[in-house]
Amino acid sequence: MLYRESGQYKTSYDADQAIFPIREDRIGIAIILAVAVFVIPWFSSDFLLSSIMIPFLILALATIGLNVLTGYAGQLSLGTGAFMGVGAYACYKLTTIFPDVNIVVHILLSGIFSAGIGIVFGLPSLRIKGLYLAVTTLAAQFFLEWCFIRIPWLYNYNASGAIEVPERRGFGDLIVTGPAASPITRYYIVLAIVIVLTLLVKNIVRGRIGRQWMMIRDMDIAAELIGVRPLWAKLSAFAVSSYLAGVSGAMFVFFYLGAAEPSAFAIALSFQILFMTILGGLGSLVGSFFGAAFIWALPIVLRTGLPAIGVNVGAEVVFHVAQMVVGALIILFLIVEPHGLARLWSLGKEKLRVWPFPYA
Amino acid sequence: MNARIQHVELHADDDGLNPGDVMLKVDNVSLSFGGVKAISDISFDILKGEIRAIIGPNGAGKTSMLNVINGFYHPQEGVITFRGKARSRMQPYEAAASGIARTFQNVALFKGMSTLDNIMSGRTLRMHKNFFWQVLHFGPARNEEIEHRLKVEEIIDFLEIQHIRKTPVGKLPYGLQKRVELGRALAMEPDLLLLDEPMAGMNLEEKEDMSRFILDVNSQMGTTIALIEHDMGVVMDISDRVVVLDYGRKIGDGSPEDVKNNQDVIDAYLGVSH
Repeated sequence: MLYRESGQYKTSYDADQAIFPIREDRIGIAIILAVAVFVIPWFSSDFLLSSIMIPFLILALATIGLNVLTGYAGQLSLGTGAFMGVGAYACYKLTTIFPDVNIVVHILLSGIFSAGIGIVFGLPSLRIKGLYLAVTTLAAQFFLEWCFIRIPWLYNYNASGAIEVPERRGFGDLIVTGPAASPITRYYIVLAIVIVLTLLVKNIVRGRIGRQWMMIRDMDIAAELIGVRPLWAKLSAFAVSSYLAGVSGAMFVFFYLGAAEPSAFAIALSFQILFMTILGGLGSLVGSFFGAAFIWALPIVLRTGLPAIGVNVGAEVVFHVAQMVVGALIILFLIVEPHGLARLWSLGKEKLRVWPFPYA
Repeated sequence: MNARIQHVELHADDDGLNPGDVMLKVDNVSLSFGGVKAISDISFDILKGEIRAIIGPNGAGKTSMLNVINGFYHPQEGVITFRGKARSRMQPYEAAASGIARTFQNVALFKGMSTLDNIMSGRTLRMHKNFFWQVLHFGPARNEEIEHRLKVEEIIDFLEIQHIRKTPVGKLPYGLQKRVELGRALAMEPDLLLLDEPMAGMNLEEKEDMSRFILDVNSQMGTTIALIEHDMGVVMDISDRVVVLDYGRKIGDGSPEDVKNNQDVIDAYLGVSH
């Protein structure tokens, strides 16, 4: 009833190849965007914006980045956290050197640096696959973390060894970053960047380049015999993936954390992004949002939900319970539904399409 | 059959060769893996426009021969001349770029992609719009995508697989997967199409369909075909010339009739008492 594609005839391939070929999907995404743009910023508390929505959107972008590499191109990576760090430090240096340039420009440029680093650490993927590749990306993770600690130039010889986000103004005289920036401003900038980059990634994955990634993922030998150059396909996946990680890392520091030590980009962050990718669904952009929302919101829901039903527990316990739930779910999903929440979502839509005639 | 097919412009690129000219020539090729000689000193040729069968008992080196032709294996000795250009080694994507397409003995489709995307993937080498346009998916890149979709739809019509266009190929039955794989190879618009056991594991009806498709590809699109097949009835019916391998050596070469009456071939297949 609610979700039918019958009667919606496509008369051109253009219409058939649209991102949302079904009318109900278009209406749905329009509602979601309208809520994100008009409702959430004006009707929610600063806490919801600063501690839930902003980090959720930023981590969703990082998850999309890892999904490009692991979900679409099939190259496992454990270095996402470090690539996010490269973006953050690059953005910090850029805004130190060119303080007058709009910070959003710096954030978008800082991804290019992490893309470059990503390409370098992607080179082993031409020779090794799977778990072994994951180990080389682990090397990237530790090497880059070491750089963040040992190269004082990166944090402007700051005595604390951390990067502190300076106040930057832009778009008129609006305070965009720094402690005085309002959550609504930060939210809108993050939202805009995430929406635009998600759309661009969608364009890549539905075109020739995205198909090349999936060809390498599904059957690399056949892909080569069709004319895909593995070198180009894999390195472009590393570049795009690291770019997105870098941009999200820069936003993570400049719009969420406010200040960051090297430990902010430790292996724990890489694993968090990997779990978001797996739980959300490998090879699905909408799944990246599901995964990021789920893992980011779970501890918060537990923290506020458990006392509400009369279970009083400490913050530490909530943290551990959340970790246990996520761990159990990862195992469950890997065994039962490797394509994650995104697959459940599409199954649900499939059921809805034929309801109430499940055999139609 | 669909009337539109008559106007399909799927045909091999004009390479200056006339039907009957030598398209691919294999000269004294030897390939070994360590001490195992997979192919020893084999020479044969494939003429433009013909259907050339490669047959032989299991382990005769047939698939290795195809792998050598499309650059997946590099022979230790010998030269391969394709459309007048001699080469001793090349990369698989170079073979693809020069007009050699291939299907596999064990279906090698991209399991996570739909039928449509699988066949679209065959167009990879013919799509040139750069990263910038791809990202924007606007203007040239969008037009290119639609232009190639038209071509892919022609192939889908030709192979009569319209109903599974959007189905992930992993869910398709084996016979249809084989057909999609042929479609993917056809999407490359190859000059030379290598088919590795296109009818393995099929029932009679599916074999008849596949034979018809192979003959149509050959006659309508003018594609030269080299195929490996174990079903002798099919081989004798559809191929113009047959080369027979056994233990990596060539033991017979000629028309189906010649090969059928060749004593070495009969011995290889039926065994001989020593």
